[in-house]
Amino acid sequence: MTALAAIAEARRRTRKRPLGRHLSILGWCAAAVLAVVALLAIFGPLLVTVDPNAVDLSGAYSGPSPEHLLGQDASGRDLFSRLLSGASTSLVGPLLVVVASTVLGTALALSAVWIGGWFDSAIARVIDAVFAFPGLLLAILATSIFGTGLQAAVIALSISYTPYIARIVRGAALRERSLPYVAALRVQGLRGTSISLRHILPNIAGLISANATLSFGFALIDLAALSFIGLGVQAPTADWGAMIGSGMAGILQLEPQEALWASLLIVITVAAANSLGDELVKRSENRS
Amino acid sequence: MNSPAARAAWHTIRFLGGRIGGLLATLLASSFVVFGALYLAPGSPMTFLTHGRSMTPDAIAQINQQYHFDEPFAMQYVRWLGGILQGDFGRSILYKDAVSSLLAQRIGTTVALVALSALLVAFVGLAIGIFSGLKPGFASNALMGMSTAAMAVPTFVAAVVLTLVLAVELGWFPVFGVGTDPIDMVYHLVLPAFALSLASIAFVARLSQAAIRQEISADHVQTAIGRGFPYGVVVRRHVLRNASLPVLTVLGLTLAGMISGTVVVEQVFQLNGVGSLLVSSVQQKDFPVVQAICLVYVAAFIILNTVIDLAYSILDPRVSVGGGKP
Amino acid sequence: MSALLEVDGLSVQLPVAGEFRTVLQDVSFSLEAGQTLGLVGESGSGKSMTVRSIARLLPPGARTTGSIRFDGASVLDLRGDALRKFRSRDVSMIFQDPRAHTNPVRKIGDFLTEAMRINGKVPPREAERRAVELLAEVGIHDGERRLKQFPHELSGGLLQRVMIAASLAVKPRLILADEPTTALDVTTQSEVMAILARLQREYGMAMLFITHDLELAAAVCDRTVVMYAGAMVEHQDSSRLHTDPLHPYSAALMQARPEIDRRVPRLPAIPGHPTSAFEAPDGCAFAPRCRFAEDACRAALPPLESMGDAAYSRCRRAAELRGHLLATAEHSGGLGDGAGVGDSAGLEEEVAR
Repeated sequence: MTALAAIAEARRRTRKRPLGRHLSILGWCAAAVLAVVALLAIFGPLLVTVDPNAVDLSGAYSGPSPEHLLGQDASGRDLFSRLLSGASTSLVGPLLVVVASTVLGTALALSAVWIGGWFDSAIARVIDAVFAFPGLLLAILATSIFGTGLQAAVIALSISYTPYIARIVRGAALRERSLPYVAALRVQGLRGTSISLRHILPNIAGLISANATLSFGFALIDLAALSFIGLGVQAPTADWGAMIGSGMAGILQLEPQEALWASLLIVITVAAANSLGDELVKRSENRS
Repeated sequence: MNSPAARAAWHTIRFLGGRIGGLLATLLASSFVVFGALYLAPGSPMTFLTHGRSMTPDAIAQINQQYHFDEPFAMQYVRWLGGILQGDFGRSILYKDAVSSLLAQRIGTTVALVALSALLVAFVGLAIGIFSGLKPGFASNALMGMSTAAMAVPTFVAAVVLTLVLAVELGWFPVFGVGTDPIDMVYHLVLPAFALSLASIAFVARLSQAAIRQEISADHVQTAIGRGFPYGVVVRRHVLRNASLPVLTVLGLTLAGMISGTVVVEQVFQLNGVGSLLVSSVQQKDFPVVQAICLVYVAAFIILNTVIDLAYSILDPRVSVGGGKP
Repeated sequence: MSALLEVDGLSVQLPVAGEFRTVLQDVSFSLEAGQTLGLVGESGSGKSMTVRSIARLLPPGARTTGSIRFDGASVLDLRGDALRKFRSRDVSMIFQDPRAHTNPVRKIGDFLTEAMRINGKVPPREAERRAVELLAEVGIHDGERRLKQFPHELSGGLLQRVMIAASLAVKPRLILADEPTTALDVTTQSEVMAILARLQREYGMAMLFITHDLELAAAVCDRTVVMYAGAMVEHQDSSRLHTDPLHPYSAALMQARPEIDRRVPRLPAIPGHPTSAFEAPDGCAFAPRCRFAEDACRAALPPLESMGDAAYSRCRRAAELRGHLLATAEHSGGLGDGAGVGDSAGLEEEVAR
């Protein structure tokens, strides 16, 4: 390919393409579910009319009523308002994990690929080593040191999710860097950082966002598991994972509402993130 | 050294050496993280370990003897690691007992749980995947749809629903406990194992289905069909064998997910395995136990992954073990 | 004497995005035992589809009409065991890309002996001995070592020889060779071709040889069929095709090929792009690219008509243009877009500048 053609190819590949134009019906549904869940997390607290922490022992395990749309839990707290106010606690953690690990992983991988040499192989080794530490286990270790709660867990999970994104970005960036258009840009005298950020990054952005979407589901499960076993969000704060944990007692008394509602919300959110992520990954793979 | 056989043997040794070296390096790095975590804690390690508990001078001397806080950091780590290599995982602050004996009492349950789950994944997951890969149609689509949904079900949700339906409502399985004799133990572990493996079964089913579909349309399968081999031979020798490779690569991650999942499942079903010990030790701030269990879990994970990696390179001749040239 | 292979009025439609598209229309030819027939055309002209129909390797959902008779039996009606017997004993296929068509995780020895062991019930040791002999026949003399190697350890040329050896293993009566040398290095192409041609003669097998190279077809085949957009446009003896082409497309293909002893300022490329059958306009599919086309050519697809001496052409003006087709004319195609025979012509054009 002549240099001119390579530059034209670079322009073509760098041009922004509208995202989400060719999503399937399932993909659109998944995106819609995520949007609704996000709206709930943001505006949920405004819809809450009953205090989610108000204890009413006389109403323990009572069924749905006009005041309590979904009934009450073992301590008589309103399930509906607990689920709504729990949405933000349950979703902000995974969101932070995804943002932190994506930014960190992408930055590490791009600089590793561009600098290359020993730096690249050192980063690759570190990535592999961190990958060997299961996320949930690192989070448990972190809570045992810094105390229970979301803070330590979110930091620990961000670290253990970084290699996942970094591996994918590194692979994609290596492939991209070997394409003729990058050589053409180099011949034109562009600097490495500018090629990485202005040309390679936009071209693999689809793949990165697709995998970030996928890892949101995993992070949600890991953090909910932590809250479920009592090491994450602490009582009385409402959180979906913690609600399943506290709902376990109700299961044995055939009063499973609390655990089931919280489970349903987690499963729906994770399923939506997985389906949307899967579809985005397939799209970004087909494109390149 | 010049004969091809000697060269191939040399390559194999180097390959194995590389993998085992990598394994040891990763183990060393993880042990360093687990040990160093102690120093990340706010306050001095000693106050962190005792956690404001009123301790007898004996007990404090005991901790000091285990961690050697009077020595430099590097020396402490080496001593700690040396102890672990000799099977000395230190003493539990809470139980005043050797961590190794605490682990020994409980590891059987956890290993049985993971093994049963792995069997479920291997048999049920592969059966579903192979069936739907080879027989496209309504049943295949339905199974794949169900698998997609099941992949979104976290272990604790599966545990909750299974307990509710099969144990509490129908009473087919015990709600918790481990049982007494081996058969009773398996019976007690069926629900926990199923909860632990549900998402992995679904994942393996989807993956093997996709691998089989892809392999079936490969050109070399066309060759085999064109050579007039019976369907069974084509499937067995050319489709399944090749499709097993991508499945094997993710098996490590799947198993790892299940190993850390025991923490959740043992908690739900009140099985006194290593996972539930970890959770209670974190809650009761028994750090030597937390350290030991984290190390055991990570080691199990790393070793399993290396074994699978080696198995892969044996099964796939394109990964150069022998390193021969045309 | 009745022919070994008779293809009559063969048409194939494939389901593409929910609708059936014609990829092959009204293909008819016959092949005697021990004879060689070339199928020449650009990619998408339907030559591979023809061969795949004969081996019954069309993609699922394909619709086939017409008839294919092998030794008198209808191939399209074969089912189950009969089909497997036909594939394992009567025909053998050699594919364009040997690397993609061999199982990467099985050894060469396994590939060679598999058919003997499974279809012929030959004991393993015996099969291995046969395999070494077969490898020697295709010019691989360190057979014992090769049997233990994997496909990725062999070069493309070697692997294609293994493919040829494997297809000889069952002593078929018909070899279907789908561009057996296209994916190979130029230097190994002639070597592999020579081996294939020699063994075809020695074993007395009939061969259906697909290529996009008219010269190669002329060198190897007794008769040649030229295909365009899923239909046969010309069918005659290979030797005469060269001096006396009966269709403007065949003539254009010949002229687009560079000659080694003549320096030309610019190779005459065929203007426009090759068409597939389902994109073809009404009338003659080649008309849009043909410098002899008239309005009448675009009205209806002309039939394949006999021109005497077992020669056939699908050109309306064949009789009128006969003898003038190869005359060097100032070619209407300007800036060589879409070179006629594709790959090699485009490259040569660059070199000639």
